[in-house]
Amino acid sequence: MGFENNDKAAGYWKENLNLVLKLLAIWAAVSFGCGILLVDVLNEITFMGFKLGFWFAQQGAMYVFVALIFVYVAKANALDKKYNVQEN
Amino acid sequence: MDVQTLTYLIVGVTFALYIGIAIWSRAGSTKEFYVAGGGVPPVMNGMATAADWMSAASFISLAGIVSFTGYDGSVYLMGWTGGYVLLALCMAPYLRKFGKFTVPDFIGDRYYSQAARTVAVVCAIFICFTYIAGQMRGVGVVFSRFLEVDVETGVYIGMAVVFFYAVLGGMKGITYTQVAQYCVLIFAFMVPAIFISVMMTGHILPQIGFGAEMIDAAGNGTGVYLLDKLDGLSADLGFSQYTEGSKSMIDVFFITGALMFGTAGLPHVIVRFFTVPKVKDARVSAGWALVFIAIMYTTIPALSAFSRVNMIETINGPETTGVPYESAPQWIKNWEKTGLITWDDKNNDGNIYYANGETNEMTIDRDIMVLATPEIADLPAWVIALVAAGGLAAALSTSAGLLLVISTSVSHDLLKKNLMPNISDKEELKYARIAAGLGVVMAGYFGINPPGFVAAVVAIAFGLAASSLFPAIIMGIFSRTMNKEGAITGMVVGLGFTAAYIVYFKFMNPAANNADNWFLGISPEGIGMLGMFINFGVAFAVSKVTAAVPENVVEMVESIRFPKGAGGAQDH
Repeated sequence: MGFENNDKAAGYWKENLNLVLKLLAIWAAVSFGCGILLVDVLNEITFMGFKLGFWFAQQGAMYVFVALIFVYVAKANALDKKYNVQEN
Repeated sequence: MDVQTLTYLIVGVTFALYIGIAIWSRAGSTKEFYVAGGGVPPVMNGMATAADWMSAASFISLAGIVSFTGYDGSVYLMGWTGGYVLLALCMAPYLRKFGKFTVPDFIGDRYYSQAARTVAVVCAIFICFTYIAGQMRGVGVVFSRFLEVDVETGVYIGMAVVFFYAVLGGMKGITYTQVAQYCVLIFAFMVPAIFISVMMTGHILPQIGFGAEMIDAAGNGTGVYLLDKLDGLSADLGFSQYTEGSKSMIDVFFITGALMFGTAGLPHVIVRFFTVPKVKDARVSAGWALVFIAIMYTTIPALSAFSRVNMIETINGPETTGVPYESAPQWIKNWEKTGLITWDDKNNDGNIYYANGETNEMTIDRDIMVLATPEIADLPAWVIALVAAGGLAAALSTSAGLLLVISTSVSHDLLKKNLMPNISDKEELKYARIAAGLGVVMAGYFGINPPGFVAAVVAIAFGLAASSLFPAIIMGIFSRTMNKEGAITGMVVGLGFTAAYIVYFKFMNPAANNADNWFLGISPEGIGMLGMFINFGVAFAVSKVTAAVPENVVEMVESIRFPKGAGGAQDH
């Protein structure tokens, strides 16, 4: 077992799930939300020459996806350190 | 030098480079053949994954699809990038910690069942074959247009090159070759896009340019925004508005979902994350892969909008009534020779004219948009040659990755773990190479005799991955209580439902394939997402009423959830 005790293991997994769920909520919000469900509403707004909903669907969602992965990498690595379960 | 000489030159140089790299990094052991010795740095692995992912379909067809369908094309842009978030957050680090070679390895061990492994092997092989058939066709099309050989000869050349480096090099050779191929294909894609963006809007970044104001030949602003112009042109010619599209919202939602979850369930993508040295690297590898993919995928919609405006304007002319055929631009005549553009002078006025509906006189194949764009925009000959080399790099890198998964599935999952458990390491490697050889031959066969339904088959591949492998892997990691009965029933029901829906509408009753007959208005392309929910639901219901998971499997699930103690990829 890599953890000092079972409480630590449960704590690590809980924090990890929290992190992943929060990031996936943003993931769904920019793609399924702004890019699809809310597209008509957002298209009323103009952003850098784009209708905003269209911009999310063809540009914005992808930029957010990239950012999400790097945020996850940084936070997950920090979490490993906190619980001392990083690789040697 | 003319276009053809330049094409021979650039394509020749890039091929020599790929083969050189394959020889330099030749695989010595089974492990190196499968996972590159676990020693590929994350940025390199990300680049190779991106090249593996961006196929001839992405490079050649996607911009054309977006160009012709506008907003509707967003399903591919979001779907084929969003899946990487799922891979990075929910799969890659855990599968790397698990530390074996293939997706069926994980499913077989996690669900302590040979049957589960067999279902996974069948899915993996089927998905890879449907993909590779399309790739070889892409190679043939590029060769036939730019080297002016017939499609068959083009396919033979492509087969020989792929066979040489996939069979010799294994994963290690492929990974380094793919790094080179990524550089070639992204350069080839960006150069014309930047050229056109500067010409039409004065912006160097196409991502900014396609929202911007258009400029005239002297470089002065015209006060007209590109996308407004495009919406106007589309409306005038009887198309639906470019920025709004014509698919229903629920269908857009489900297709995007099926592509995202399907992406995260594709064996040839997942296997990439077994090839990095550490769990930490698996996480960041997915990030780098998406960076490299997004460079191209955010440029695609820009290129699509530019070429749409260019195409309509060059065909219909400044008066928007069509230009005389005699003075039609050269690219139309070049592509007419391939049969991918046809002109039918319905009103006998001698003018070419493009519109939606009965007055339309031009039939234009979507697949030519990227290849024709440099010609449409009158770019220098070396740019046209470069695009040909880029299209080939995209097709070759994807084919090689797929072939490797096919050969691994056959030699490792099917023979070693199922039928012939006693074969030696060396024999396994031999079978892997034979399987790769057979894979090339079959892919070549489909390249020369393409089934009329390549696009339909690709939709099946994503739907099947989303409704079978994806849920099985996710539950295997995130649920300690999911047992083999639940997982197998889930896979079979999810897969069966999705396959039945697609087969019914695509093959048995194609006449009924329209929104009125679809379940909840979901097209066959998007049904995989519903299949995925069914898989999850059935699996949980069944697991509640069947035997609990054995203790050693629960321990395994707990051990893959944190990085500490991850070994190199295991020998076997």
